[in-house]
Amino acid sequence: MAQVSIEVRVNGSTYRREVEPRLLLVHLLRDVLGLTGTHVGCDTSSCGACTVLLGDLAVKSCTLLAVQADGAEITTVEGLATNGDLHAVQEGFWEEHGLQCGFCTPGFLMATVQLLDRNPDPDDAEIRHALEGNLCRCTGYQHIVNAVQNAAGKLRESAS
Amino acid sequence: MATKFFGTPVKRREDRRLLTGGSQYTDDLQFRGMVHAAIVRSPHAHARIRSVDVEAAKSAPGVVAVFTGKDMEGVAGIPTAWLIPDSDLKTTDHPALARDRVRYVGDGVAVVLAEDRYQAEDAAQLVQVDYEILDAVADQVKAVEEGAPQVHDDAPGNRCFLFNTISGGDLDQAFADADDVLKFRTTNHRMIPSAIEPRGCLAQYNAASGELTLRMTSQNPHIHRLLLSIVLGVPEHKLRIVTPEIGGGFGSKIAVYADEAVMAFCAMQTGRPVKWVETRRENFLCTTHGRDHVTDVEAAYTNEGKILGLRFKTWANMGAYVSTAAPGVPTWLYGLMLSGVYDVPAVGLEVVGVFTHTTPVDACRGAGRPEATYLLERIVDLVAQRLDLDPVEIRRRNFIGKEKFPHAVAPGVIYDSGDYDAALDRLLEMVDYGAFRNEQAEARKKGRYLGIGFSTYVEICGLGPSSIVGSTGFQGGLWESSVVRVHPTGKVTVMTGANPHGQGEETTFAQVVGDVLGVDIDDVELVHGDTDLVPMGMGTYGSRATAVGGIAAFKAAEKVVDKARKIAAHQLEARDEDLEFEDGRFQVKGTDQGMSFQDVALQAYLAWNLPEGLEPGLEAQSFYDPSNFVFPFGAHACIVEVDAETGQTNIVRYVAVDDCGKVINPLIVDGQIHGGIAFGIAQALYEHAQYDESAQLLTGTMMDYAVPKPGQMPSFELDRTVTPSPVNPLGLKGIGEAGSIGSTAAVANAVADALGPFGIDHVEMPFTPQRVWQAIQQAQGR
Repeated sequence: MAQVSIEVRVNGSTYRREVEPRLLLVHLLRDVLGLTGTHVGCDTSSCGACTVLLGDLAVKSCTLLAVQADGAEITTVEGLATNGDLHAVQEGFWEEHGLQCGFCTPGFLMATVQLLDRNPDPDDAEIRHALEGNLCRCTGYQHIVNAVQNAAGKLRESAS
Repeated sequence: MATKFFGTPVKRREDRRLLTGGSQYTDDLQFRGMVHAAIVRSPHAHARIRSVDVEAAKSAPGVVAVFTGKDMEGVAGIPTAWLIPDSDLKTTDHPALARDRVRYVGDGVAVVLAEDRYQAEDAAQLVQVDYEILDAVADQVKAVEEGAPQVHDDAPGNRCFLFNTISGGDLDQAFADADDVLKFRTTNHRMIPSAIEPRGCLAQYNAASGELTLRMTSQNPHIHRLLLSIVLGVPEHKLRIVTPEIGGGFGSKIAVYADEAVMAFCAMQTGRPVKWVETRRENFLCTTHGRDHVTDVEAAYTNEGKILGLRFKTWANMGAYVSTAAPGVPTWLYGLMLSGVYDVPAVGLEVVGVFTHTTPVDACRGAGRPEATYLLERIVDLVAQRLDLDPVEIRRRNFIGKEKFPHAVAPGVIYDSGDYDAALDRLLEMVDYGAFRNEQAEARKKGRYLGIGFSTYVEICGLGPSSIVGSTGFQGGLWESSVVRVHPTGKVTVMTGANPHGQGEETTFAQVVGDVLGVDIDDVELVHGDTDLVPMGMGTYGSRATAVGGIAAFKAAEKVVDKARKIAAHQLEARDEDLEFEDGRFQVKGTDQGMSFQDVALQAYLAWNLPEGLEPGLEAQSFYDPSNFVFPFGAHACIVEVDAETGQTNIVRYVAVDDCGKVINPLIVDGQIHGGIAFGIAQALYEHAQYDESAQLLTGTMMDYAVPKPGQMPSFELDRTVTPSPVNPLGLKGIGEAGSIGSTAAVANAVADALGPFGIDHVEMPFTPQRVWQAIQQAQGR
């Protein structure tokens, strides 16, 4: 199949690759670039395990073609921490036990980054609504809600 | 033992890698020369295979090989490991790839290997299978009717087994003494476990050494090794199972699957590493489902609301093949819990296991116990309603009193400990029951329908004493192993056979061992999930990991302390019994003479000055086989509001008081309870695996099968009581399934309570708006 040349910037590094036009962004990240922190949990864009940031927009990378991301700035879960210091959202999930098996977690983290970027002080219902595109089978969501609140508090504190 | 860590909400030690993308699940692995597999699956529920033409697929770009069922004729069938006795169990042949007949939608027919997954999927489309489509049956009650399509020639009438071993007390007398008998039929519908990580297997074969390695999604790697060694003819010592990070199981990663044998076969045939990870569609079609019972209930009771006897006849859908643990689930795990928290003198159960043209059914969070609890909790509420008794009062009249423990129940097990009134008392306090009933009455005047449902449950877990599970036909022991290995610097590696997949054992086991050895939990690392590293163990399911595997680690750590004490005493020139061991230090009583645990570890390996006859080194192994099961319990209450116009049910409050004995890590226990409650609520309100008349799965994607989203779950209000188990030295029970066992019935009872003003006392699950609305319409004669 014909290959298309694309360039993406992922977690601060630039990658040029020849890819099939049909290659999904999630497979570019996982199989071509080796960034396996982004997961695939379904085939219908339902579970959100593959959520990454395209610019500052949380997107399901199973629902974008790699060629659509040509020229984009992408952040995956591997890019959240800075010099080994966890992002406030990662800290929040850790402190509030917002994960169990961890498979859906990268998607929740990325969706939460977008949520708190848009709404620094959400109430519980707003959190649940904003994370509707992500499924978790382990936690029953309550600790995830607590985790997001925890992270929101940390981010507000560091902003003030 | 000092308890520095036990009982504290330590943050999980496994989380850093999970939060940073630093973990590796099966699909994250890549090996040089690796090929990707795609499985060609039957689109028909029942068909004869006339021919399979693989030529076009073989010549497609990137294709390395294509195999069919005929190619795999030398590979043994997929086995069943729970051979329930006295039941005429038919396990039937289950080839890894179908040869002449397919028996459910998703049954594997061929496998395509290609250089990448896209090419494998492309080529799989080119495999031409000529099917002669046959009649199929999905419903277990229809499947046992005369003239129903037959799933297996050697299982006449589609009967997989007939189980009537569980019978206790004098049932005839109970029914003769009763003032009245409640009879009803109800369905506990099929669920799909839906771990967010799909199943997968990466097989590598070294033809020179004969060693086969399978990296795969397994809750129990050693059981996989044993059974796959039989299937593949690879000797156990040449077969290695590694479980990378596992993204949830909920019972669905216990079974030995055909796909795993197929990948091993492909690696052995081609000499190349072969990776296969199922799509979600495949997960819904081919990974085991759960529940799916139809039950006729007869409950004999007195006018005082005392339950005298219970008769159950259940038709359990087994699917097209008998999965690994499947026969034990709707028989023992279900039947032994059919008197629940109630002192019922007589209980009888008959189960017909039925083959249908559907996905095999096996363990699914709770496995038999949610089904039992649902029935019992519906029974007590329906009896209470008939007698105009409060649902709380009827429970109290039938509870097994706390003074009666240990208590032998009619189905044939001995409950270890319990205080059911205490959990219910605390629950009522949290709910403020009296205030709720007033609020409900006021709301009804305004046309708002609130309802409260209680569920008081007990579960059998900590599976289990090997001799007892052996008598049930389980083909193995259910002890657990652990090695505690202290390194020369005093750092500690703990190995467990109870392979976790999200339960947090790397934290809780470190808490237990850290306390015993008096070392920091950051100095304790848990190793699991590699049959070449870890001694034989039985895995994580049935809420057994902590109550059995955790105790094995505890006992191994105690053995280490015993040996360390001997070394310390020798070096300090004291007697063993003159030493105190506190906070990681051996101290000669009443002196300032002492040695740290780390110093003792170093001396154990230097071995320059050890007691006469003592071997060097500092590690110990334990195989712990519990003397009994453990029986966690609890009391749950769900408050719902039903919109009579739309049939929509909303959960207003969910309150739970659970008792899992002593708690190692309250944060982790709460997380387990939350997840379990959500699982049970999901069954009650949303999830329903449905087949059509031709046995096509209608709910085959996440768009059709409603795994709940964050906004579809309430916040949970939790508390606990602590009734230690006398079975093990730490007083542990288990908590992984508790929520799912208690919650479905609580929701069901709440919906029935809300609909009381319409004269409705029972609605079948799941309580979708359509079902509830229809029930209201029917009740109003519309």
